[in-house]
Amino acid sequence: MISLQNLNVDLGEFVLQDINLEVKAGEYFILLGPTGAGKTVLLEAIAGLHPVLKGAISIDGKEITKLKPEKRGVGIVYQDQMLFPHLSVEKNIAFGLKAMRCPKQEVKPRIDDAVALLGIAHLLHREPRTLSGGEKQKVALARALVTRPTVLLLDEPLSALDPNTRERMQHELAELHRRLKVTIIHVTHDFEEAGALGDRVAVLNEGQIVQVGTPSGVLRHPSSAFVADFALTRNVFAGHAKQVENGHVSVDIGGIDLMVTTDARGPVHLALRPEDILLSPDHLRSTARNAFEGTITRVMDRGETLYVTVTVPPDFVCLVTRQAQEELSLREGVRVWITFKASAIHVF
Amino acid sequence: MHRLRSWTRPDALSLVFLLLALMMLVFILTPIIKTCISSSPGTLWDTLLEEEVYLSIMVTAWAGLIATFIGLFLGVPLAYLLARHNFRGKRLLESLIDVPIVIPHSAAGIALLFVFGRHQIFGVLFGHVGIRFVDTLAAVVIAMMFVSIPFLIDSARDGFKSVDVRLEKVARTLGASPWRTFFRVTLPLAWRSILSGSIMMWARAISEFGAIMILVYNVPFLGEYPKVAPILVYHRFNNFGLDAARPVAVLVILISLIAFVILRTLTTKEQKA
Repeated sequence: MISLQNLNVDLGEFVLQDINLEVKAGEYFILLGPTGAGKTVLLEAIAGLHPVLKGAISIDGKEITKLKPEKRGVGIVYQDQMLFPHLSVEKNIAFGLKAMRCPKQEVKPRIDDAVALLGIAHLLHREPRTLSGGEKQKVALARALVTRPTVLLLDEPLSALDPNTRERMQHELAELHRRLKVTIIHVTHDFEEAGALGDRVAVLNEGQIVQVGTPSGVLRHPSSAFVADFALTRNVFAGHAKQVENGHVSVDIGGIDLMVTTDARGPVHLALRPEDILLSPDHLRSTARNAFEGTITRVMDRGETLYVTVTVPPDFVCLVTRQAQEELSLREGVRVWITFKASAIHVF
Repeated sequence: MHRLRSWTRPDALSLVFLLLALMMLVFILTPIIKTCISSSPGTLWDTLLEEEVYLSIMVTAWAGLIATFIGLFLGVPLAYLLARHNFRGKRLLESLIDVPIVIPHSAAGIALLFVFGRHQIFGVLFGHVGIRFVDTLAAVVIAMMFVSIPFLIDSARDGFKSVDVRLEKVARTLGASPWRTFFRVTLPLAWRSILSGSIMMWARAISEFGAIMILVYNVPFLGEYPKVAPILVYHRFNNFGLDAARPVAVLVILISLIAFVILRTLTTKEQKA
């Protein structure tokens, strides 16, 4: 378990204020926030790379606030991987083992284990600059994991990858976490990633944690307009994609089937923008393939527009204008229909 | 990209600039080339075999080497600190480090004499361990170091700056101490910049005239009293005229040129990597 108590870090341009956070052992924890929120600083503070002004960091009950980074047993993987460019893949992975004076006869088997885990044995003798983004990311993961860290810190690990690689890497991370049971703290600005990977999410804004909860909990009950604006850019669902008649694919998201356009089969995640959902008092006959009836369970004001949560179940967050809300009397408890096109759903 | 346009008629600006550029090149290259081809290889060889000349070249190269090594030992840590830390007055400090480049070197020599002279602060301090800075090889070394160290510091600093600090952070989390991180990650990655800075420093050091002139004219070296090469050129010109000075000048130019070619080879390799 990692626990941060009243953590304060002041780097001049970035300031963390009174961060209180508990990450459970084996948890996949997401730090979510916009650029400049201080996510990376928090990650690096946990790794011991920034001086702590006030407060404490402990891992498994042992305080490590003043411990040097090389003694913490914390692995870090950056967005742009930061492979040592002057070392081969093998030497990159061996770096940590040599630094911690791992007995010679153990080095090779441990490297073999790590590369087997990530499926990169064939890359061992390559130079970092000849690798693709996804390959570099796997090498960076292997380099961190080979030292058996108690916590793995990932700084925007998917952001620099192209969409296809990104999707595969996301599955890879989920799989890695499932198999190794290592505690992961993953920084991102993308709620889709948070929804797909995270057991829990902490939303960070201007150096402060503004909300902690499960991704769906944060989605359902954003604590502030900031969280709502930030997290509610997408409705995120997990489900199982299967082929139905005339080429359509439907995804069972627990209770209802959504029509989507995708080639994917099996477990998938879906994202739907709140502004892509149409609300109406009655069932609409239209070209849109998805229409469900539900009850409004929450209305959240954000000025000219409002977030309306419609529970089918599951919950769908919809964005409507104030005028529409008033005309259709969209209040809590009202029954409405939601309609959206299959092509509005992003499958990942 | 420029190639795509090359079929169109060159515009006035290109023509004027080309003309001016050619004049500049003629100005730079003519003296160097004319001097170099004025002495036959035979004359150069004979000159090189004169004791006064080869001792002069040896003492110059050797003093330059010592200056560069001391520069590496003391300058590289400074360069690293400048690359990695921000503090109040850093800009000013960086400008001050470059001051020796821009001041008259005879003035630099006077300034050095003012602290390294027999009865001055450093002169007394080093005097205790038997190092004197007037009319000695040590004087040549400090004069060379003072005027040429900015080249090494600036180049090493830029080299360190080009090493992403997160590479060091990763190394630390992987269990490497600050020392190990520096020697296994930072230094190997900044090595080319440091090397090219060293060659630049050495080349500048062996060309030094003004500051050395103030501190030491004849350098005690291997039981003889040779002059450093730039001073030898001046001495021969002053006492025996242009024809006597020229072959020595050519040798000095050639040595600097070779150093420069090595430097260029190193830096182009760096770009390919």
